Amino acid sequence: MNDEELTGLPASGPMLTRKDFVSDQLVRWCPGCGDFAILATVQKLLPSLGIPRENIVFVSGIGCSSRFPYYMNTYGFHSIHGRAPTFATGLKLSNPKLQVWVVTGDGDGLSIGGNHLIHALRRNVDLKILLFNNKIYGLTKGQASPTSEFGKKTKSTPQGSVDFPVNPVSFALASGATFVARVIDTDIPHFSAVLERAAKHKGSVFVEILQNCIVFNDGAWSDVSAKATRDENNVDLRHGQPLVFGKDRDKGIRLKGFTPEIVQFPAGQPPKDLLVHDETSPVLAQILAHMDHPELPLPQGIFRAVQAPALHELVDKQVEQARAAAPPDLQRLLRGPETWTVAA
Amino acid sequence: MGETKTDVKPEAAVEELEAVTIRFAGDSGDGIQLTGMQFTTATALAGNDLSTLPDYPAEIRAPAGTLPGVSGYQIHFSSREVLTPGDAPDVLVAMNPASLKANLKDLKKGGILLVNTDSFTPQNLTKVQYAKNPLEDGSLSEFRLIPVELSRLTGNALSGLALTKVQVERCKNFFALGMMFWLYDRPMESTLKWIGEKFKKTPLLVEANTKALHAGNAYAETAEIFGSHYKVRKAPIVPGVYRNITGNQAAALGMVAASQVSGLPLFYGTYPITPASDILHELSKHKNFGVRTFQAEDEIAAVGAAIGASFGGALGVTGTSGPGVALKSEAIGLAVMTELPLVIVDVQRGGPSTGLPTKTEQADLLQCLYGRNGECPIPIVAAATPAECFTMAYEAFRIAIKYMTPVFLLTDGYLANGSEPWLVPEVSKLPRFESRALPPKEQFKPYSREEGTLARPWAVPGISGYEHRIGGLEKQDVTGNVSYDPDNHERMVRLRHAKVNKIAQDIPPTEIIGAKSGKVLVIGWGSTFGAITAAVRQLRQHDEPVGAIHLRYLNPLPPDLGDIMGRFEQVLVPEMNMGQLLKVLRAKYLVPAVGLNKIKGQPFKIAEVANGIVSLLKNGRN
Repeated sequence: MNDEELTGLPASGPMLTRKDFVSDQLVRWCPGCGDFAILATVQKLLPSLGIPRENIVFVSGIGCSSRFPYYMNTYGFHSIHGRAPTFATGLKLSNPKLQVWVVTGDGDGLSIGGNHLIHALRRNVDLKILLFNNKIYGLTKGQASPTSEFGKKTKSTPQGSVDFPVNPVSFALASGATFVARVIDTDIPHFSAVLERAAKHKGSVFVEILQNCIVFNDGAWSDVSAKATRDENNVDLRHGQPLVFGKDRDKGIRLKGFTPEIVQFPAGQPPKDLLVHDETSPVLAQILAHMDHPELPLPQGIFRAVQAPALHELVDKQVEQARAAAPPDLQRLLRGPETWTVAA
Repeated sequence: MGETKTDVKPEAAVEELEAVTIRFAGDSGDGIQLTGMQFTTATALAGNDLSTLPDYPAEIRAPAGTLPGVSGYQIHFSSREVLTPGDAPDVLVAMNPASLKANLKDLKKGGILLVNTDSFTPQNLTKVQYAKNPLEDGSLSEFRLIPVELSRLTGNALSGLALTKVQVERCKNFFALGMMFWLYDRPMESTLKWIGEKFKKTPLLVEANTKALHAGNAYAETAEIFGSHYKVRKAPIVPGVYRNITGNQAAALGMVAASQVSGLPLFYGTYPITPASDILHELSKHKNFGVRTFQAEDEIAAVGAAIGASFGGALGVTGTSGPGVALKSEAIGLAVMTELPLVIVDVQRGGPSTGLPTKTEQADLLQCLYGRNGECPIPIVAAATPAECFTMAYEAFRIAIKYMTPVFLLTDGYLANGSEPWLVPEVSKLPRFESRALPPKEQFKPYSREEGTLARPWAVPGISGYEHRIGGLEKQDVTGNVSYDPDNHERMVRLRHAKVNKIAQDIPPTEIIGAKSGKVLVIGWGSTFGAITAAVRQLRQHDEPVGAIHLRYLNPLPPDLGDIMGRFEQVLVPEMNMGQLLKVLRAKYLVPAVGLNKIKGQPFKIAEVANGIVSLLKNGRN
């Protein structure tokens, strides 16, 4: 069964609802954690995909975000720190009919597991990777993470972090992911729309979810998520559409050489030279990935979405080709190319 | 010279020998491994029993003509049963001064020393600090020196062909091989066939190598340099169809067989590492059996993918060597916690750290037994011979599936690269095994256990009604939910141990070689089998009260082991480490066992084991 068939498959038995994806385990995140909104959004999306519940698996590593599988009433695997993409890769290759999700965080996915993330993405493994980025180590109680800002004061960096942060979207693009997006945990409509496309994408999906940690890094993304400032500080990426933002939609982005800059214009009259988003351009995606608040608005949405053969398809094809060339015959294999007979 | 075929010439005398050990040695670019393997195939076809040991450098091409660049290949063949690649060679073929210098100390006094004199140039002699040419200074007088101008003679034989000097030089190993074929009366057909297939795209090279082989063979016969040649009669071998097989090939085929018999697809996750990589190379040729090989980004990803594949319903296996096991440890602990089937093949090599990548050692036993955080029991099986890697790989899977547990298969560099004739098993006679049926949906609990094995059910994603979550946090008994309860934790730790101990019920009675009771019991495991068995047999010929047992199951240990030890006054444990099994035996059975330890990156010689036993017989402990 390939993924196109899967996408169109009706759910077996009665139609599923959000409740069917809620497990019997008590959710043990801190009250007010951004993870609740993500969990609810995912649980709401899944019934609409038409995929039988038993064919969905959530795999995670270690960290607050990685408790996610326990709260989903699907198959789930809470593995070890940073390694979720490895288990998920083996799972997808051995059982290609499954829709495999990976839930990870900025520490799990970009620090201890950075190498696995690169390789899962560059191989185009058909995984939906959700990276919850709260710019802090939460479960170990408040150390700097690889996405913490330079100079950030945390328990482990009382004088300020001397490490320069990694840019998750740029990292994923450089690794060759075929679907790269960024969303804000609290922007439910936008998040839902991006997540739906992510779920239907065949190949390596990387979604950075900007998420608040109410205990150790409260307000981590308030500039871009707070109601008062979000319209001025974000820009939505829509394929084929110019980059326009602002409460009154009177600002846009255009390129000066390779550098994006803000253009102000009367509302409703955008200039013709605004940058138009193209999900298929790797160069544009990297330029957009490096736009950051406060100099420029932070892009939200789908940076890149292209089609390429997924790893399981390529692997299965080789198996089929080998079978067609030489049907399996175990006795013959054991005998090997050269035998001799010792007579009785 | 005027000599023609019609000249009357006395037939060379034929001497009969029982056993011969030959070592081919040369620069790593001289095609030594290839020459050795061709001689091995011909020897198998001649009906002898045999055992081989390749010994090659860690560097792919160390500087030409230097000691680090020396590559060797030893073969021991006989008209009787062969258990080891032989202690000291009877014949040394040395292609250059470096290989002479590196290997001469092992050659038997009076042994045949065939030397390529053309490579003994002042420059090559200087590279290995020979002040004088050893071929001329009388230092080789204890040996039967056979100086051969290999390069010049090969050049003469190929003089009519449009070959470069380098191409001619590359054929000289076949000239030498042709000589050895004559000397030991081996059939050349298998090598001629191999040449034809290997170079089929370049007919000129088929002709060149064929000519070189024939020329060497004819030279050995007509130049009368050996005086006589030798015959080694066929060995009395169990009738049947045989092939030659290395340990790594055998392990790979054991995995494919386990997959085919159980109906479970095979998934091999691995990262290139010496000396385990040949398992990957072999398996990647057998995708027609549904084998999926995955060359991961690192050792951790390799085991992670294998565990993920097992979660998904496949036979997950990862292959590596000691440094790789160290990297995989945390993930292996996860497989213990999640009670998923998994096989980890550790092809041991010299350590610690990078150590001696191409040399053999048995020093990972304690790492595999104990090298993980927490109480983390894992069954361990070990192969005793190259061909037995098939049987034990198969057995590792059987245990993994039956008991829902990761299993270690221990082999080593010597078994992995060494080869022996293998009586090809009949597929219909392989022991059957399969995964157990699931309980009905309503009764399904992820950590409920089957009474006889304590195994939990293997509910694979994709089956409706069995959705559940597993992970590395401690599991509540039966439900598998996360639990931090102190009593539950202790119960689960004990249950995981009890499950592994249950495997003892599957271990067959231990076979005792030699005396069934007496003064010294030799206990071995892994690749020391040949040397121990041969040593004990030698001593039994003198009626020494000595017996030996060889352990294929290292965790749990065979249930009859304590009883057998009780029948002997002393226990000797030869190991290629500082005494790892020794520690385990002393701790578990409180026996004053004695170690015999060799940590040179080389297998035991028969004489070394025999001397150890004799010393214990004579002097007791101390």
